[in-house]
Amino acid sequence: MDFTHLLVQQLINGVSLGSIYALIALGYTMIYGIIKLINFAHGDIYMVGAYIGFFAITQAGMSIVPALLVSMVVTGLLGMVVEKLAYKPLRHAPRISILITAIGVSFFLEYTSMYFVTPTPRTFPAVIDNISFNLGSFVINGQQLMILGITVLLMAILTFIVQKTKTGKAMRAASFDTETAQLMGIDSDRIISLTFCIGSALAAAAGVLVGIYYNTIDPLMGIMPGLKAFVAAVLGGIGILPGAVAGGIILGIIEALVSGFLSSTFRDAAAFAILILVLLVKPSGLFGKNTREKV
Amino acid sequence: MNFLRRNDLIMLIFGIALFALLQGLISAGAISSFWQLNLLLIGINVIMSVSLNLINGYTGQFSLGHAGFMAVGAYVGVVLTTNFHLPLIVALLAGAAGAGALGFLIGLPTLRLRGDYLAIATLGLGEIIRIVIMNIQYVGGAAGFKGIPHLTTFAWVFFVMLFTLFFIKNFVNSSHGRACIAIRENEIAAEAMGVNTTKYKVMAFTIGAAFAGVAGGLFAHSFYLISPASFTFMASFNYLIMVVLGGLGSITGSIAGAFVVTFISAALANWPEFRMIIYALALILLMFYRPQGLFGYMEITNAKIFDKILKRGRE
Repeated sequence: MDFTHLLVQQLINGVSLGSIYALIALGYTMIYGIIKLINFAHGDIYMVGAYIGFFAITQAGMSIVPALLVSMVVTGLLGMVVEKLAYKPLRHAPRISILITAIGVSFFLEYTSMYFVTPTPRTFPAVIDNISFNLGSFVINGQQLMILGITVLLMAILTFIVQKTKTGKAMRAASFDTETAQLMGIDSDRIISLTFCIGSALAAAAGVLVGIYYNTIDPLMGIMPGLKAFVAAVLGGIGILPGAVAGGIILGIIEALVSGFLSSTFRDAAAFAILILVLLVKPSGLFGKNTREKV
Repeated sequence: MNFLRRNDLIMLIFGIALFALLQGLISAGAISSFWQLNLLLIGINVIMSVSLNLINGYTGQFSLGHAGFMAVGAYVGVVLTTNFHLPLIVALLAGAAGAGALGFLIGLPTLRLRGDYLAIATLGLGEIIRIVIMNIQYVGGAAGFKGIPHLTTFAWVFFVMLFTLFFIKNFVNSSHGRACIAIRENEIAAEAMGVNTTKYKVMAFTIGAAFAGVAGGLFAHSFYLISPASFTFMASFNYLIMVVLGGLGSITGSIAGAFVVTFISAALANWPEFRMIIYALALILLMFYRPQGLFGYMEITNAKIFDKILKRGRE
């Protein structure tokens, strides 16, 4: 295989991996935008979503679309419950307390899941036929096309909700300035709860898609993608929705290139190196504006 | 005497008495080898949690990459003792120097970040250190480094721990330490008062990293084999739990935290899920009801009861 061929093939892989990161990063960025919390548990919400999808397919015998919807709804509710129980009581606590709580929630989700589903990885059933399309000499398989299709669809729905509906307007207002939004009659608690619900549902979709793509899920699968999605959110500018999508896809491509041309062991290091570079060179991210810290 | 006050002297005597008692029990064979190993781990974890507390608790810079520095100290140490047959003290000092130098290099750029960004950046750096070690074939790569001489004894761990405690305590009570605490309380105000915030943040980070390197050296020489898998960010979280549980900004708290967490880990070694669920709930409930940790900013040497005992002794 010559160089350009490998390059294009890795780009195709990178975009499909990146769109999964983008889905998780959207939830991160929405939650950060509204309550300035790095929701460490977001990656674990994504893992729970993958397991719900898995059980919906294997135990309830659903096909992929209903399983995806069930997983999104249940995980969305889980996100709301987590917010209500763990983060809401700390709304006015110091940021570090909330961060530590988020780490606690993350552990709790990981290890209670591990208790119930055992640490052994499960094989995700093949829900779609293993077809692949040859474009010239490049290969795109059915799973990659499906991931891209579902991701684009979900992002379109999200954009519609955020830009065109009244609730979306309230969400944008609350993330711009929560207190002022409250003075304008927006029930910020309800908006925060809804943000967690939507963010978690997107993560659940990403979880199911990853299950289909890699064929295997385990209770600790959420840690690394969760951290990388955070990197993606920071890369695009945290709090900015198009930024999260762009960041996710760029990160996916870089990872695919690193594992294709260097070594797959350096894949995780690449993500963190990008994070540190972004934070040092342009902390507001690719799409962000600079803000000055005030006393 | 400024650096060794009367309270310190009492603590030192108490420490030596405790050491004599434990060492006596070990020599008499009253402690099983499982708990002997756990005694070593408690000592090592105290060094880790107190040095992490200097960064997270006293200086208020949220670092999540402490296990990375421990890994540097461990690997530098084992290369020196196993491949070059140098004594343990050289290995520990070199490990401290290596981890400290790396802490300085990493701290200089990253400590410009604040709060949660710094947390993720340090977490990432810890992982990068681990991945780099994993790719160095000279130290065994992912399979780990084998054939380490078993040099760590209880005496080594105990006295290095005692040294760490006194060093960090004196640092915190010095003018440098006060500057660090000022940064924790309000970075902008501290800067306005003329505290060179970058200098003190990097100083605390470097010292913390160096002690983590020492702890890594002691840790490595307690086992026949070390592998990069021992130094993941989960290990860093473990030290964070000790510090947060005990109290961000209390040395007594860090000691108690290291003791409790190591003890729980050992007791629940057969039920790892329960152990982590307990930690998780402990962290969440702690943030709800006692966010300052069990001890807050309190130290046992400052407690009223301690003064009372001293007074009675004088009468």
